[in-house]
Amino acid sequence: MTAQAGLAAPVRHGRPGRTLRRVRSWIIGIVSIVLSLFVFVVPFVFIFLTASKTAPEASNLSFTWPQHWALWDNLVAVLTTRDGLIVRAFVNSAVLTIVSVAIMVVVSAMVGYLLQRKRSRLNPIVNFFVLAGLIVPPAVVPTIWVLQSLELFKTMAGLILIEATFGLSFCILLFRAFVATIPRELDEAAVIDGAGPVRLFFTVVLPLLRPVMITVVVVQAVAVFNDFTNPLYFLPGDENATVQLTLYNFQSQTLSQWNLLFMDILLITIPPLVMYIFFNRQIVAGMTSGAVKG
Amino acid sequence: MAWKNARRAWLAAAALGAAASVLLAGCSGGGGSSDGKTQITWLVQNDETTVAMANAMIAAFEKANTDVTVKLETQPAGTEGDNLMKTKLSTGEMSDVFYYNSGSLLQALHPDSTLVNLSGEKWVKSLTSDFRSVVSTDKGLYGAPLGSSQAGGVVYNRKVYDQLGLSVPTTWDDFMANSEKIKQAGGVAPIVQTYGDTWTSQLFVLADFGNVYKADPDWAKQYTANKRKYADEPALEGFEHQEQAFKAGLFNSDFASATYDDGVKMIATGTGAQYPILTQAIAAIQQNYPDNVDDVGFFALPADKAGDTTATIWQPNALYIPKTTKDAKLTAAKKLVAFVNSPDGCEVQTSKLAVSGPFVTTACTLPSSVPPLVQDIQKYFDDKATAPALEFLSPIKGPNLENITVQVGSGISTAKQGAQLYDEDVKKQAQQLGIKGW
Amino acid sequence: MSTTSVSLPAVGRRSPHRGRMKSFYPSWFYLPAAALYLVFFAVPTFASFYFSLTRWSLFDVSFIGFDNFVQFFQEPMLVQGFVNTFIYGFITSALKVVLGLALAVLLTSQLVGRGYLRSVVFFPVLVSAIGVGITFKVLLDPSDGLVNHVLSFFGIAGPGWLTDPKLALLTVAGVDVWKGVGIATLIYIAGLAAIPQEYYEAARVDGAGAWKTFRTITLPLSRPATATVIILSLIGGLRSFDLIWAMTKGGPGFTSDVIASVIYKQYQAGFYGLSTAGNVVLFLVVTAIMVPISLFLNRKEVER
Repeated sequence: MTAQAGLAAPVRHGRPGRTLRRVRSWIIGIVSIVLSLFVFVVPFVFIFLTASKTAPEASNLSFTWPQHWALWDNLVAVLTTRDGLIVRAFVNSAVLTIVSVAIMVVVSAMVGYLLQRKRSRLNPIVNFFVLAGLIVPPAVVPTIWVLQSLELFKTMAGLILIEATFGLSFCILLFRAFVATIPRELDEAAVIDGAGPVRLFFTVVLPLLRPVMITVVVVQAVAVFNDFTNPLYFLPGDENATVQLTLYNFQSQTLSQWNLLFMDILLITIPPLVMYIFFNRQIVAGMTSGAVKG
Repeated sequence: MAWKNARRAWLAAAALGAAASVLLAGCSGGGGSSDGKTQITWLVQNDETTVAMANAMIAAFEKANTDVTVKLETQPAGTEGDNLMKTKLSTGEMSDVFYYNSGSLLQALHPDSTLVNLSGEKWVKSLTSDFRSVVSTDKGLYGAPLGSSQAGGVVYNRKVYDQLGLSVPTTWDDFMANSEKIKQAGGVAPIVQTYGDTWTSQLFVLADFGNVYKADPDWAKQYTANKRKYADEPALEGFEHQEQAFKAGLFNSDFASATYDDGVKMIATGTGAQYPILTQAIAAIQQNYPDNVDDVGFFALPADKAGDTTATIWQPNALYIPKTTKDAKLTAAKKLVAFVNSPDGCEVQTSKLAVSGPFVTTACTLPSSVPPLVQDIQKYFDDKATAPALEFLSPIKGPNLENITVQVGSGISTAKQGAQLYDEDVKKQAQQLGIKGW
Repeated sequence: MSTTSVSLPAVGRRSPHRGRMKSFYPSWFYLPAAALYLVFFAVPTFASFYFSLTRWSLFDVSFIGFDNFVQFFQEPMLVQGFVNTFIYGFITSALKVVLGLALAVLLTSQLVGRGYLRSVVFFPVLVSAIGVGITFKVLLDPSDGLVNHVLSFFGIAGPGWLTDPKLALLTVAGVDVWKGVGIATLIYIAGLAAIPQEYYEAARVDGAGAWKTFRTITLPLSRPATATVIILSLIGGLRSFDLIWAMTKGGPGFTSDVIASVIYKQYQAGFYGLSTAGNVVLFLVVTAIMVPISLFLNRKEVER
């Protein structure tokens, strides 16, 4: 919370025009709020309104107040479509997101830590692989072969490991930048206190990485939760569906079910939204440290 | 693994006996394995209509075959789905039975090495020879039809035609003259185009193939051998007609963004007069505009010469069994396929899928009263004025046609440029398929 | 939490204990990540590089050398695809830099409703590309869409945002910025917060106005954040295709095709060898652009 207070930076209170500045801050604030309503809020309101309409009304796709509120009916309809496919999908997505993000955070924090702390000939190579991981698009079919040979294809475990791997590069980049802000003296003090390398990392360094970790968790959780392609290819089958795949149920060419489609969009946007609101302050704090070293 | 293999071997032994008895007894059920039911999986595209049909089919099938349970699996349709199908087949992860296109898309699955040859099944005898050819290779027959055939051409609103006193055109000039009259009358879009769903833009070219076939019956074979091009007549005609229609300003004003759904609505309610599309559109009309089913009719996309005008026919999709389905599951899968092509299966098909043209198996018969649109198609069959669509005569279909026809139909490129571009696209596909002469 | 405001850490600092400390950074810390990376990323990627030299239908493979690369460069729409890729990549990252910085300055100033504004700018980041694509396709519909309805209220005939060949790519780029500007803003807010207050104090004592303060202090000192935003958004923009795919599928015709969507279409068409060759090309192009840019951005940072 302390970090938050420090964010009110560039515009300072000038002694002479204090009231003037306050008026200005009000005007700019109100103008910004009005603009933000148009640019950022209207699309969300549109999603919500369309999700609240009956099917014929929703198919007009107009930005109007619903004549008949069907929010609850639509919710029930979406939740019961295909025997509650979406409920299963939510459970699957939750498991997938939580476990894969946990793995990638710990594993990449170790790399980021080492990469920043230890000067070795390995570093340029590791850096190259990290960059390559960001740039190279993954290959679908060979990946399936690997999964099959490990007997992990069509399993949640397999998909979890895939998602964890694909997120490594981004996490390592952020962690590496952040570790730089933790003074080495802390390491040294811990070592003098008799801590071994594992204890040093897990009890001293990792807790200090908390702010950036929250950023990484939020960004990656949203990415994994919103991922569509990897679940489609690596975890096929209805019992394994993840939330993004459920959108397909309402996108038939011949049926006008825009209300249900938008209800589904609304539903699957809520978890990331809740998570964001929950972590909002900490995210900025995490980024503060990450971006300093770029 | 060891345990799994042992279990498989045991199942295989058990199934062998079962298989023999079932094959002899046809579909009469019986012969189950001693530990109860065999479960098989069936993969379909996850749109509402298909899923509803499949569930009804499974319910009827399980009632008649108490020793088998069928689990429905779904996946996205469209090109994303094509890819997924190929990925599943090539990695040995395909469901026990799956529902997929016939013709060139089937050929891309390498049926000889991936699918079970069904040529010995009883229901094969009931199939039309046209359909047999589109699910076969030199080495075997792989698919059983599910759904009826359909035509590609112009679905039109009969009320609009009646009001303006128009008659069904047999030449392209007549068609354009009709369209001009509709335009003069105002209020109704003469020709409906819906590039919001790009696949719908291809019909000017694809549904013109019947006319090409009539003018040059050898065209498909020569095209496969790299000796005919779209940039030359008669095949260029399709691209040219699309260009002319655009230039004459005959399209609905929102053609660039309208969707298939919009197009169906326009043609059903009479805000659009003529829609070059597949007759499966009748399914959407029955579903969304049941009162307007009798308002729509069909005519073949007219050729330049009346004598060439021929309806282009699409064969239905089919059920296939991959080679990875074995033993008891294979037996059960074959039962399911046979059931779909039995009178009981046909009943489910006609009740759950809108009939968009004649059936391709004598096991299924058209209901006594069919919509006028289907009667219109039947007339072309009676007059022997039909030809298969190109994708059932040649394995080569360029993947970018729908983007190219959008360009031609929105004036981004000319007909000639579009046709040449498509020839390039076709070349790439032919090379990929390893066809001789490319 | 307080560590976050330690602004100038001891990065290159030589510690007397350094030699002894070395063993406390054991190399096996790399192992878990390396194992994942090797098995699930490196092996499949190298396998796919081999397939870029083959004609591959998933069912059989024949080695054809560099033919795929030759064919890839003969794609009729490739030149336009490259041009579009650069336009898309540079427009989106430029707008994210400019708008991100502007929003960050705004959102770090004394402002009514600041908390609300910060949240709302980030909301689009949380929606999936598919969800954004569906929503905006509807909002931008030329005849029924909300945007053109509003425009026509003001007497303006709105264009076909996604159907006009000249506009489609730019429209998608605009939506991409809408969706992604939240992250850029967040990075900038963090970057601005790291600028020591003393600089602003000094500027105020010198009597510098708001614009001059921005130009001489905010802009140069937020360079590390700018570097991060540029690198992330340029890599993202050059490789981007999910939003393009969700909104235009490269259309109308091929007018909004980028390299990544060309590759994806080849993949969908079953040209697996060709599309992996395309991926290799895309990788080389992105690397060729990104390496000098990131070297340049980082060198400037060191000079500071």
